Amino acid sequence: MRPFEITDHTADVGITAYGATREELFANAALGMLSIIGDPDTVAAKDTREVQVQASDPAALLAAFLGELLYLLEVEHFVFHDAVVETISETEVRATINGEPLAPHHDLHTEIKAVTHHGLRVEHVGGTWEANVLFDI
Amino acid sequence: MARGHKGGKPMAHGYDGPLERIDECRWRIPKDAEKGMRVDGIIYADDRLIELIRKDRAPEQVANVACLPGIVRASYAMPDIHWGYGFCIGGLAATDIEAGGVVSPGGVGYDINCGVRLLTTSLRREEAKPVMQSLISTVYEHVPCGVGVGGRVRFSPAEEREIMARGPAFVVERGFGRPEDVEHTEARGCLPGANPGVVSDRAYQRGQNQCGTLGAGNHFVEVQAVDEVYDPDAAARMGIKVGMVTVMIHSGSRGLGHQVCDDSLRMMESVMGKYRLQLPDRQLAAAPVDSPEGRKYLGAMRSAANFAWANRQILTHHVRAAFAKQFGRSDEKLGLDLVYDVAHNIAKIEEHEVDGRKLKLCVHRKGATRAFGPGHPDIPADYRDLGQPVIIPGDMGRASYLLLGTEGAMRETFGTTCHGAGRVMSRRAAIRAAKGRSIKKELAAKGIVARYRGRYALEEEQPDAYKDVNVVVDVVSRAGLARKVCRMRPMGVIKG
Repeated sequence: MRPFEITDHTADVGITAYGATREELFANAALGMLSIIGDPDTVAAKDTREVQVQASDPAALLAAFLGELLYLLEVEHFVFHDAVVETISETEVRATINGEPLAPHHDLHTEIKAVTHHGLRVEHVGGTWEANVLFDI
Repeated sequence: MARGHKGGKPMAHGYDGPLERIDECRWRIPKDAEKGMRVDGIIYADDRLIELIRKDRAPEQVANVACLPGIVRASYAMPDIHWGYGFCIGGLAATDIEAGGVVSPGGVGYDINCGVRLLTTSLRREEAKPVMQSLISTVYEHVPCGVGVGGRVRFSPAEEREIMARGPAFVVERGFGRPEDVEHTEARGCLPGANPGVVSDRAYQRGQNQCGTLGAGNHFVEVQAVDEVYDPDAAARMGIKVGMVTVMIHSGSRGLGHQVCDDSLRMMESVMGKYRLQLPDRQLAAAPVDSPEGRKYLGAMRSAANFAWANRQILTHHVRAAFAKQFGRSDEKLGLDLVYDVAHNIAKIEEHEVDGRKLKLCVHRKGATRAFGPGHPDIPADYRDLGQPVIIPGDMGRASYLLLGTEGAMRETFGTTCHGAGRVMSRRAAIRAAKGRSIKKELAAKGIVARYRGRYALEEEQPDAYKDVNVVVDVVSRAGLARKVCRMRPMGVIKG
């Protein structure tokens, strides 16, 4: 199973993420978002951050979770490498984020302004978790 | 595993719903086209543009917006329309506040008060041309741009609060500009009713070192030369001549605005049940303008809008410093006067006449520009009899325009016109199309110098990724939604 695919949009960029479990789906969506922002191979897992996010439903939860990673990047200048989801429910997720402080060699090329709710979807289809997320560039 | 930047599934299907021709530049989506539409959709386009529009999902979004409670007359889209999130880009919707009309953060977008400003200079094209490489490098050094790049000025939370309450007037007092800049800014850069108290701590944090930063994506600083004047009298009144060098700045409210939209969208989603609202897209989540949530959003949105005007003001200051350094003359001697500054992602409370009645409306402009006609009291005194200046950036290879608002726009579109060229190609498709080419060299062959930070900035923003701005402006001008003053050609550009 592919972790994610990038989807086209006239002005912005989206992902379709997959996972055998809800945990894996969230982790793969984070990888997908990172691949839009920069080159994942330039980021190392040297440090960690703990995040805890709540929302009203599973789709909004995914958007809020990804939004949290953007916040870490923009305010704390912490670039994420991968996410390890510790616990997850319909409305709450707790995860350890591996990554490192932002540095010039990361060569981030795309600024994601926000995680939109347009066409936002989290579904369990034929034994696989699937999500669609569109980012505002 | 291919997780590269250049992949990407092809774009989803286009629009195959009804689209009826009204005249040579207007098309209608009848209100029975989709369940829940309260008014028609109206799209401004000619034969060339409508074919591009059909291939995109934007018309579906025009129909979705027509479902907003309280929407008046029609859900409109300008000729630069393309697929967005919630509203289409190029979208316009006005809701009647007294009739329970709603405000939707999706009708403004994440980049609250993204907008453009235009500066004139005392320089002639021939004077600037030989030093363009050096000038663009100097501008690039002075203007913070790109992902994660902080500003040259850091503001305390108390100062941020002042910026959100007062906009550019506050930063001009601190030395970032001239008092007359404020007079030539839409709404004088300060929307009344801004309430920095309802802006989240998180938004404050995101804004802290971003006032005076360009950002990335489609934002830019461009040095241009006026190549054609259509209305010599109006141009002269605005200090514009053929061959003059001008500067255009395009940016918005940065992380602060993005966070305000994000916070507000969540708030609106949580009250949809309370107000019994059902809308076809989550991103359209809304609440009545006259409700605690509506007021809270507008208080925060206006704060972010004022922050955006202050951001463009500080960017202007940096650009002036760069020009002064390059030419060894004071910025006043170089002119660098602000012609005007317009917002193109905003919601405003305005009074308009609808079917003979004056109504108080919440006008959402999402990738659309206010274009008030001659005589309107909100136009600066020195331009009032001409109409409001409207600045239309095109792509970095073709052209940009200065227009004026018209009576026609007042009658038909609540004083609104287009905002740019509009994308026609996705970012992925643009990168694919640039494979094996050097966009930098192609621009250089046209005499345009480009400096950029992001690896794919030029590929994604290449001229072919956009509709022809000349055609877009031709349509709004033929439809009477604006009139042309002059056209500018790019000479040099910096991108984030």
